[in-house]
Amino acid sequence: MEFGPYLMLAALEGAVTAAVLALMAAGLSLVFGVMRVVNVAHGEFYMLGAVLAFVVAGMAGGGALGFVAALVAVPLIVGALAVAADVTVLKRVGYDPERTIVATIGILYILQQVTLMGYGPDARPVAAPFNQRIALPWVEWGAGGPSLYWPWGLSITSYKLFVIGAAVVVLAGLWVLMTRTRIGLVMRATQLDRETAQAFGIPVERVYALVFGLGAGLAALAGVLIVPIQQAHYLMGGDALLLSFIVVIIGGLGSLPGTLIAALLIGLSDGILSVFFSPTLAKIVATLLVALVLVFRPQGLMGKAPR
Amino acid sequence: MSDPTKPGATPADPARRAALKTLAGAGAAAAALPLWARYTHAQSAAPIRVGFQMHATGIGAAYGRWYDRTTRAAARVINAAGGINGRPLEIVTEDDGTDPRRGAEVVEKFANQHRVDVAFGTLFSHVVIGSAPRAGELKLPYFVVSEGHHVASGMLNRWTLQPGITDVKSQVLAVAPFVAETLGRKVTMIFPDYAFGHDHRDFFSEAIAAQGGEVIAKLAIPPTETSFTRYFPRIPRETEVIYHVMVGPAVLTFVKEMGEFFGPSRPAIFGFIDSLEAVDLRSPGLDFLEGTYFWEGMPRYVQPDQTEFDRHFRAEVGIDENGASASDPRDVSTYAHMFGCWETLYIIKRGMEAAGYAGPQDRQKLVEAVEAMTDMPESNEHPQGAKLFNGRTHQVFGQQHVSRLENGRLDVVRTVPLEETFYPDEVDYTTRPF
Repeated sequence: MEFGPYLMLAALEGAVTAAVLALMAAGLSLVFGVMRVVNVAHGEFYMLGAVLAFVVAGMAGGGALGFVAALVAVPLIVGALAVAADVTVLKRVGYDPERTIVATIGILYILQQVTLMGYGPDARPVAAPFNQRIALPWVEWGAGGPSLYWPWGLSITSYKLFVIGAAVVVLAGLWVLMTRTRIGLVMRATQLDRETAQAFGIPVERVYALVFGLGAGLAALAGVLIVPIQQAHYLMGGDALLLSFIVVIIGGLGSLPGTLIAALLIGLSDGILSVFFSPTLAKIVATLLVALVLVFRPQGLMGKAPR
Repeated sequence: MSDPTKPGATPADPARRAALKTLAGAGAAAAALPLWARYTHAQSAAPIRVGFQMHATGIGAAYGRWYDRTTRAAARVINAAGGINGRPLEIVTEDDGTDPRRGAEVVEKFANQHRVDVAFGTLFSHVVIGSAPRAGELKLPYFVVSEGHHVASGMLNRWTLQPGITDVKSQVLAVAPFVAETLGRKVTMIFPDYAFGHDHRDFFSEAIAAQGGEVIAKLAIPPTETSFTRYFPRIPRETEVIYHVMVGPAVLTFVKEMGEFFGPSRPAIFGFIDSLEAVDLRSPGLDFLEGTYFWEGMPRYVQPDQTEFDRHFRAEVGIDENGASASDPRDVSTYAHMFGCWETLYIIKRGMEAAGYAGPQDRQKLVEAVEAMTDMPESNEHPQGAKLFNGRTHQVFGQQHVSRLENGRLDVVRTVPLEETFYPDEVDYTTRPF
């Protein structure tokens, strides 16, 4: 493959990764920003999204209808589950940073093993509602000026484009929610100072439950979107969690724009490096980036230094 | 025991009591006659315990599920026919998580805790390589069903045998002439990046070179990978044949993304069915595979010349004519591999009978009895076909199939006889100490 089309394919693959990663990391970042909880179980909410998408799509009769049903219902189900986990577990340990880490590790194993017992160890597919292959053209500078041609292998599917589009829409919605609505204001107030917010009559515990549910819902949505491309498998949360942590650390914990920038950075570098060199090198570079950020800018690219 | 000579003992009582006991015992035995009568000629009626190392979870789970079903079916059939040496066969299952470290622990558990007679059933080559040294140290006969060349290469030990399934080296020797003659000579290989995939890489490269062909690119993909498009641009444009073999939970994604990458202008494609074991060939996104070829160890779809042995095997394991579960047509089996468990259990039976196996003290005799085996005629015990066992290399040889995918099903287009799959011995395990 020539260099130009090769780069374009790599960038497109990276954009799909970045889109899914941005959704997941936004949830993780939100939970940390508002609640100061490092949610180690976040990857399992992503996995649950994918697995439940398989279940819901099957119950709704499969096909496009099944997928739409999963897209609507699954984030709500997983969000509700997360709210329940918050009320029954995290609240009881008083949102203490160390203890919540241990508690969410426990939630991770419970979710993973229950899925293994109920759903089994197999990877199962969900049919995409639409999945046309779109061959992409490339410009060639010939003797008679620029001309278009269709290089071998340069293509994307309509569904992958949809994933990118859906992620952009959801993230824009999240940004509007955080900056333009009353509930967003309440969340930001809680993030800024929990005690003062409570003194002003904000029901902090309900805000926490809502935020935890919203974060898990975003991860589940990412899971639903990815499952027609990959497949639902009970171990898929591990890698996703690692990459989201990398994104959140680089972007700055609690910063939505930082998360988005870092997701693009990691997604694209992962796509391009793994196409041109090897996926292992891509992981090495991502981890190196984290190390550099932690050394030279511990608060992350867009994070605010602690006051 | 009462002593009639003891003072105070009444001489009549014990005799009568003993007589009554005998009568009662005989009565109870008569009532239970159908249960134990099959094992009457055994010295001991205790079961022979076979430790089944199962990939119940992890990347080998789909194979594990079907290896388990096949093993249970074979054990049921063997027990219904009188067991081994008149003793019932008992399967002791342990999950190894498809993980080499856990595999070695499972072997140890079999030997020290479950006290099994032999261990059996491991498929994934990295797990075999991780577990076999421990089996050797524990002097536990270890019957693997793996396909890897590690047994015949001499890398393992005298206690590890592969008598129920052929190895990658003989499989690629069987298919290389077909690839070169029918499909093309410039081959790009896509394989999983661990021992099993490396066997494919090394031996197919050799085999195709011997046919005047050439491997022009080798794409190694980690078996835990979930996204594949980014590997495909490394396929050179002049490729005539894609040779693919993939394992793991994401095999369907792998094949689908390969189709999306090539679009309408795909080269010829030859795959090992491993890339689509336990996957429905009519899944959406696989249409592009129409007209491509696959290696199959045993044909998934019932062929016109189906043998009575294949019919028996399918009926006992519960497989329909499309290679799926008879109770759920969406639950597709790993038909090209799982016969290995069935045949291996019958070899353990035959070996134990030849060795007069009575207990763990006879383990060495069992290994020697299996090493002495050669011909295994096609039968209910060997439904995949006739086999020839090489006791020196601990590896069995058998026929191989090339099938073409048409109208969503695979039909055999060439069957390579076992004589064409031989290669020179690389080891003589019989010279190694126990």
